[in-house]
Amino acid sequence: MSEDYRSMWTDLGLDLEAHDALLDVLGKAYRDIYLAQENRPEGMGYFDFVMSEVHGLRIKELMDEKAAGRKIIGSYCVFVPEELVLAANATLVGLCSGADFATEDVETLLPRNTCALIKSSFGFKIGKVCPYLESADMVVGENTCDGKKKAYETLNDLVDNLYVMDLPQVKSENGKALLRAEYNRFKDALEKLTGVPITAASLKEAIRTVNAKRAALHRLSSLRKADPAPLSGLDALLANQVFFYDNPARFTESVNKICDELEQRIEDKKGAFPERTPRILLSGCPQAVPNWKLPMIVETAGAVIVGEESCVGERGTRNLTSEAGETLDEMLDAIVDRYFQVDCAIFTPNPERLDHIRQMVEEYKADGVIHYGLQFCQPYLMEAIPVEKALEEKEIPCLRIETDYTMEDVGQLKTRVEAFIEQLR
Amino acid sequence: MIFAGIDIGSRTIELVVVDDAGDIKVELQADTGFDPIDEAKKLLDGVRYDRIMATGYGRNLFEISFDAPTVTEIKAHARGARAFFPDARTVLDIGGQDSKAISLFENGRVRKFEMNDRCAAGTGKFLEIMAKTLGYDIEGFGREALIAEKDVNISSMCTVFAESEVTSLIAKGKDRREIARGLHTSVIRRAVGMINRVSSEGDIVFTGGVAKNPCLAELLADKLGRTVRVPENPQFIGALGAALLSAEGK
Repeated sequence: MSEDYRSMWTDLGLDLEAHDALLDVLGKAYRDIYLAQENRPEGMGYFDFVMSEVHGLRIKELMDEKAAGRKIIGSYCVFVPEELVLAANATLVGLCSGADFATEDVETLLPRNTCALIKSSFGFKIGKVCPYLESADMVVGENTCDGKKKAYETLNDLVDNLYVMDLPQVKSENGKALLRAEYNRFKDALEKLTGVPITAASLKEAIRTVNAKRAALHRLSSLRKADPAPLSGLDALLANQVFFYDNPARFTESVNKICDELEQRIEDKKGAFPERTPRILLSGCPQAVPNWKLPMIVETAGAVIVGEESCVGERGTRNLTSEAGETLDEMLDAIVDRYFQVDCAIFTPNPERLDHIRQMVEEYKADGVIHYGLQFCQPYLMEAIPVEKALEEKEIPCLRIETDYTMEDVGQLKTRVEAFIEQLR
Repeated sequence: MIFAGIDIGSRTIELVVVDDAGDIKVELQADTGFDPIDEAKKLLDGVRYDRIMATGYGRNLFEISFDAPTVTEIKAHARGARAFFPDARTVLDIGGQDSKAISLFENGRVRKFEMNDRCAAGTGKFLEIMAKTLGYDIEGFGREALIAEKDVNISSMCTVFAESEVTSLIAKGKDRREIARGLHTSVIRRAVGMINRVSSEGDIVFTGGVAKNPCLAELLADKLGRTVRVPENPQFIGALGAALLSAEGK
């Protein structure tokens, strides 16, 4: 790693020694899990490069943007509207929450029975190893689950630029009005931070940019319907993860480029796995970088993941924002309409999520569903039981997994996943 | 042709050899020890077979060393149970460090299964440690528990917590047999929960080394109100299933 980055990391206040250790682990995991895959499309080279520079070149770009007067907004949730951020001349990045770090220190601030994702977000802050968090001019927290909303009260003591967005929990008119009001408040906060008023023209442009990025992923997803699947689930997950970090225009271009290649692969009947490999839909909690544990187990056990019903996946990226609006108000309404459809398990009741799972099973021709639940994530673990029941009533096999970021249960998970795949054959 | 199945478990390794007709020719068992592959090699020494299939937690190690196909314990126990009870629809396997409840379709395919998570609560290891705490050998533990007239309620499922709970019950002068029975009941409570999640009626085939414990089989039948059938030598069912699956070319 070049000295150039080391001085940048020092300036950001990172703990260099701990950060080196993190990059070592990350690099090794990436080699063992990603680079060890066979039959990868060439276009994945771009994502390999992005991952190799995820704390390097990309941070340098953000620093250059900051030097040019642009602001960086960090977020932990797909409810934070990127359209508004871009329109206010700022850049949105997802913040690190996919690996255990400084767990003992975290547990002095949070109860042990807090989900791994929340603990991780604290670990990266306390351990001073997330350059995204340290470069952010505003960190957006959001009132989704109880774990997150209470944790933000404590995070507020650790970061000096936390902004908390309230979110509805019911899909009612009142709920929608709350989301609209909160997006308005967020718009004002962004304008105040950047000093750039959001205009109809800038918002329209931002909506187009974000729509293009989502549409590219929609295109990628639809290509995974083919048998043999042209792309591994691991690689598709990576594209969904990079969605949160990369420059939007470059991401869109790179995804579209890989889609061109995948179309050719489909025509040539070339797959990441052989034809008739059992097909799995993964559904449940989000999987942030470098949380590749379960997909790695599934795809080394002889199945292919063909879709992710997840915030880092189709739940987060489906539905475009209408581009028909002309006034600022019309466009804000369109943004609210789009985000209000996200069927996160914090909503009660949440029947749309089950409909979406069933729809994905059909569209991606999945043979079975693996429900991925993070230990202590009440909303998704609670929904897992009725989801499993509803799927089994339709004779769709379902395996419920409850796990965390540690590797201690890999052996048992492997047995369960392999037995589930045997069931599908 | 002669087919072998080897079940490399956390506590023991079993080897079963069957002929074309599926008749059992060899049944061997050894402790897993520190080096499972070395133990497996010793067990296989002098045993003749044409094809072998591995199961159990050590199956992947075996696959690498012996270039042999593998199958999960779930499918292996399902197949092995069917060899003794061709109409079996529900199988409970309690092994050294894990337990699973399996429901089968009429044709014997796995329909659904439940398996314990990372913790070894409610498995052979739990019973082994509890027997030791009470000063029983493993055979005497089940036999004595069976004689007890009632059981002392044990609330901890965690081996570590249950051990201290048992120690304090001994200190309170509680009857040793009743404590033993209470421990058996706590294992069964957990097994019943798993079974009920996968199947609601019909006989249960109880496999794995722990099925040799007569008290568990009786308590299971009582709690579920269903017939529990234990095959002869239940500890060999996983290896038998692997041998039969190997013979069937699966």
